[in-house]
Amino acid sequence: MLKTFPKGGVHPAEGKYSANSAIEVLPLPKQVSIPIAQHIGAPSKPLVAKGDKVKVGDKIAESTGFVSANIHSSVSGTVVKVDNILDSTGYKRPCVIIGVEGDEWNESIDRSTGLKKEISLTDKEIINKINESGIVGLGGATFPSHVKLSIPDDKKIDVLIINGVECEPYLTSDHRLMIEKAEEMLVGIQILMKALGVNLALIGIENNKPDAIEHIKKLVKDYPGIEVHALKVQYPQGGEKQLIKALINREVPSGGLPLDVGAVVHNVGTAFAVYEAVQKNKPLFERVVTLTGKSVKKPSNFMVRIGTPTSDLIEAAGGLPEDTGKVINGGPMMGKALNSLDVPIVKGASGILIMPVELSQRKKEVNCIRCAKCVSVCAQGLEPYLLNRLAQLEKNDKLETDGVMDCIECGSCAYICPAGLPLLDYIRLGKSRVSQIIRSRKQ
Amino acid sequence: MSATILFTIISLSAIGATAAIILYFVAQKFKVYEDPRIDQVDEILPAANCGGCGYPGCRGFAEAMVKADDLSPFYCPVGGNETMAQVAEVLGKAVEAKDPQVAVVRCSGSPTHRERINSYDGASSCAISSSLYSGETGCQFGCLGLGDCVDVCDFDAIYIDKETGLPVVVDDNCTACGACVKACPNVIIELRKKNKKDRKIFVSCVNHDKGGVAKKACKVACIGCSKCVKVCPYDAITMDNFCAFIDANKCKLCRKCATECPTNAILEINFPPKKVKPANPAEGKETPKAESKETNNNEINKKEG
Repeated sequence: MLKTFPKGGVHPAEGKYSANSAIEVLPLPKQVSIPIAQHIGAPSKPLVAKGDKVKVGDKIAESTGFVSANIHSSVSGTVVKVDNILDSTGYKRPCVIIGVEGDEWNESIDRSTGLKKEISLTDKEIINKINESGIVGLGGATFPSHVKLSIPDDKKIDVLIINGVECEPYLTSDHRLMIEKAEEMLVGIQILMKALGVNLALIGIENNKPDAIEHIKKLVKDYPGIEVHALKVQYPQGGEKQLIKALINREVPSGGLPLDVGAVVHNVGTAFAVYEAVQKNKPLFERVVTLTGKSVKKPSNFMVRIGTPTSDLIEAAGGLPEDTGKVINGGPMMGKALNSLDVPIVKGASGILIMPVELSQRKKEVNCIRCAKCVSVCAQGLEPYLLNRLAQLEKNDKLETDGVMDCIECGSCAYICPAGLPLLDYIRLGKSRVSQIIRSRKQ
Repeated sequence: MSATILFTIISLSAIGATAAIILYFVAQKFKVYEDPRIDQVDEILPAANCGGCGYPGCRGFAEAMVKADDLSPFYCPVGGNETMAQVAEVLGKAVEAKDPQVAVVRCSGSPTHRERINSYDGASSCAISSSLYSGETGCQFGCLGLGDCVDVCDFDAIYIDKETGLPVVVDDNCTACGACVKACPNVIIELRKKNKKDRKIFVSCVNHDKGGVAKKACKVACIGCSKCVKVCPYDAITMDNFCAFIDANKCKLCRKCATECPTNAILEINFPPKKVKPANPAEGKETPKAESKETNNNEINKKEG
């Protein structure tokens, strides 16, 4: 019997078309637009101005607080301007735009391909290095990683959980990374274990990636303290609260963090980025992005420099199909439709999904029939139909007591709703109102 | 038989009397004193419970006014100066008359002016749409047209025009309670001083993009050219980040800015047609201002043409 989380969950069609496409390095774009706000927390402060020459890996924007991250140039060339450009938030935000000239890397980066196993840095140095390299959670939430590794003194951590679940349908970037960069990832996990001071790391992988599970199981024998667990395929298992419940059967309390149950969760992509930053001194300026979809000619996984326009990836995968309805940044469940193809790839972009018209349209809204399907699929044990109604009526105090802040915005309720109600949209609205109230109460 | 009835009546009356006596003393003991003026003030208020005053309902507003020493921070937008004067009379406090206000929608981006570059099929709410992305057009500041303002209006004072897709304020119904101002996620709606005959001059745009970007997204956008700022004789216009704003308290409704605006972003509403203005061309010659001469001449030319 495979492990999984006990409450709720759905199983949408997987559509992992690009699972067998090896990671290809995308050719350098002509110009990159690197947003200065790619992470949760305070936006960074740009360090460059028009006309400055930069090399690959140079710091171009500086973190402005504890919960913030540095941003590095992904290309070498000249800064064209710092201007507001439409990014994946759907709004124009400040970006550093760099015209590409050649591919000259910062000298401090170790470009050798050999595996470097020995970890020479101490735990404090590792965290500083991760902070300096601008690493954020690459699963999609983009929470600065050094914050997750800085454990408050009153908390005790005994296990590191590595998220290789990739429960979003269609996406395969983590899957390919686990097959092609497994050794590097395992060293990255050891680095994270050292930084946290734990002796146990559990890698959770869903059972629809048997090749990855087998491959890592073979390698893991040389890495003491790391275990691999196959999990039943169930969305939203990639949510950290669900993954902790599935792997170690501990429940993160309402309003709490994984820290409260002695666990820290990192994504496999983050583990790989940590390896590169700590062992090769390479800051985070490129990542694996899946470009897929039902009608895409060549569903692929690309190693992409941050700031590359989305249209470049689409071109490399055989162009935009004729029946395109929406181009989604992220997976079909939690991703967000883009309103322009010039939107740059950011640190949190795990995939670009091209949905044909017939799959991308919303169902026609009809009345709620109280079938409670949304209640039964909610992995957090909430009552989405009720939260939806409360949010529409702006009953903010009731929303708060009914646990709207516990919603992880996985979208299972809206996916299952036979009435086609935009449940998640209203819950998210209610959540943002309630969080504003909570914030103003604290001040 | 009659004894039973008699007994019932007597015993029930006795219980009733005892209970009444107990309740009387309990009521005396736990009596909550309420200022009788609260009821009086509450009577005067319009009972719309719209929240435009900033208090939860008319009763909350009445309580606050009775408690306060000074009535100057209070204003009932629905009842207006008349109601406030009555309240002041009851409370024996002074109140200053305030200028009545009306809501104006500062966006003219109808589909003919502002091209739709994508289509939104999500929940029909401006708040949700704005939390997802900048909207169906190239302008990320303008009206989203999903009618959050219409939903919150208690007075039927705003509706979405089907042709333009933009909200229209019904001046006679608008009480300036400010509900729509709060509901609009893009802060397009503004409360402005109500002028004679509902005349209005305002910059019908909130786009803070640079001129070229704004113009590309919408033909009637404010491009921040500052022509209106220069032409205004009363210093009523300020330019903030490529978007002009006319201070209604300084504006004397001379309409020079509206004539000057190259994109027609400044709207003039409920004015008589300009042809009427130069009643006597001879007078126009005598006026020293060159600009007015020009306009007059133009008007005359138009008339002749």
